[in-house]
Amino acid sequence: MTYEGVPGLVRTKEEHGETTLVVDPARLVEACRHLRDEVGFNVLADIAASDFLGWPSGPEDVAGYIGTPRGRNITVPGSWGLERLPEPKPKRFSVSYHLLRVSNEPARVRVQVWLDPGEPVASVIDVWPTADWHEREAYDLMGIVFEGHPNLTRILMDDDWQGHPLRKDYPIGGEPVRFSGEE
Amino acid sequence: MAIAPRRKLYEGSRIPFPIPTVLEVPDEIREQGDVLQVNFGPNHPSTHGVLRLIVDLNGEEVVGMSAVIGYLHTGFEKSMESKTWWKGITYPERIDYVGFQNNELVFVLAIEKLLALEVPEKATWMRMLLCELNRIQSHLVYLGTGALELGAISMFWYCFRERDMILDLSEMVAGTRMHTRYFQTGGLAEDIPSGFFPEARKFVEWMPQAIDDYEQLLSANEIWLERTKGIGLLSAEDAIALGQSGPILRASGVNWDLRKNEPYLAYDQVQFHVPVYDGGDVYDRYKVRVDEMRESTHIVEQCLDRLEEMEGEPWIVDDRKVVLPPRHELHTSMESLIHHFKIVTEGYRVPEGEVYVAIESPRGESGCYVVSDGGAKPWRVKFRAPSFVALEATATCMSNSYVADLIAIVGSLDSVMGDTDR
Repeated sequence: MTYEGVPGLVRTKEEHGETTLVVDPARLVEACRHLRDEVGFNVLADIAASDFLGWPSGPEDVAGYIGTPRGRNITVPGSWGLERLPEPKPKRFSVSYHLLRVSNEPARVRVQVWLDPGEPVASVIDVWPTADWHEREAYDLMGIVFEGHPNLTRILMDDDWQGHPLRKDYPIGGEPVRFSGEE
Repeated sequence: MAIAPRRKLYEGSRIPFPIPTVLEVPDEIREQGDVLQVNFGPNHPSTHGVLRLIVDLNGEEVVGMSAVIGYLHTGFEKSMESKTWWKGITYPERIDYVGFQNNELVFVLAIEKLLALEVPEKATWMRMLLCELNRIQSHLVYLGTGALELGAISMFWYCFRERDMILDLSEMVAGTRMHTRYFQTGGLAEDIPSGFFPEARKFVEWMPQAIDDYEQLLSANEIWLERTKGIGLLSAEDAIALGQSGPILRASGVNWDLRKNEPYLAYDQVQFHVPVYDGGDVYDRYKVRVDEMRESTHIVEQCLDRLEEMEGEPWIVDDRKVVLPPRHELHTSMESLIHHFKIVTEGYRVPEGEVYVAIESPRGESGCYVVSDGGAKPWRVKFRAPSFVALEATATCMSNSYVADLIAIVGSLDSVMGDTDR
């Protein structure tokens, strides 16, 4: 399948048999509309936001071997499979939209946008209504702001929760322990 | 064509606007001043856990609705980032605690996809067998509790009787009744015990007759038909737009099953039929699940046929960098001892990359998005929870319905709150 006509396409990546389309955040909605109407991706299966703060970038960050795109080659003596370092990431956050084509020719594609902290991205709720809760979850847990979402509130955490728990700088055990005798 | 709805359920779309998951009270009804707001849940027995619905009632009629979730949020995804890959396998089972075996599978498949591991045939078929048993078990929980909420108390006892048989089989294989952690990266944690096959055969022979009994109790039951037929309508177009999957989508007339359309494990080598109905109501969701139980029993039978021929074959891949060495080698081989020590203390490393794996769980498309930095712990794990997506359809299903239908509709969406809130 060819994705050349997708508006705002920055680059295409083929890995593990999956296609990732990195798209310019400013043209995300346009790209999604194109994929839905022209290519037939009628279902938005999932929206997954990731935080890459502290993503390993130098040999000192990594102990042991790193995998290779072809799997693990640990038979090369002394290499531990160390063929390359993790690929550097353009910005801190990624938001991946997993699209699915429900038809006789099923297909999947991942549309990905990269964002700096606080940088908003347009909501795709008009393209796929199912984005409603997925976007609220990404906002709640990762702090991604979706512009144009009619009800961007917390969904899994309490309404008055501080911080976004799935960010890498949010510690495990960050919730203060409250005892019953405490005022 | 996968989408071939044979019946038009309603004109246009019923998805509320501007918020697709919130049914807002129309102004003309609100101005009459008789609207009563009722808090339904989170501790209501028919919410299947801790779902909270805020319902606006005009008499008996539901005129507004919004769902509040998150009461069972336990931060599984965050916790998994601090556990090694192989310790993380215990988490997904507890996310969807009813369809545990399928959820365990999706995470293990994601790790194996990154590692590019070839799993032995015996493990593949055993995984398929256990996932199908789990599907039956999950549908039995749906049917038992769903019918109980509508007053058919005896269904609960019958369904849980057969459910117990399945859990006994689980116990036989893995030692625990639920949350087995039997799927290991590369295959199975242990060989299949020799007494398993005759017991499983007994179950396969028993089950079709039990399903006939359920249908006799419900399919001609006037109260059940009244409470379920034409209730909670969801058209094929709306179901697609709301990202629905699994039995809900198939009850709306869309012939879509990942086991057929994107076969994983060895589903392309077994014979089964995908039940599709076009009523889009609570009754058809019940029909789809009952038919699926029959098909799953049939798949289990075929798996047993194959597995019985595989006596003595390996159940896990022989890759010492990922899989624990056989126990007896630890006493004689230095190399094995080192491998064992490294895997247990540090864990195995998984090549850098990102994958999304989706399987057909009892509730629909259960997906797992995993990012690895090449280390011994996942960088990011995200589950595409079918229950979470199913609850998005509540507002659409609820239009033009009465408060009593609400119980039937929520039950028919069959969401597990652990899966919804993660």
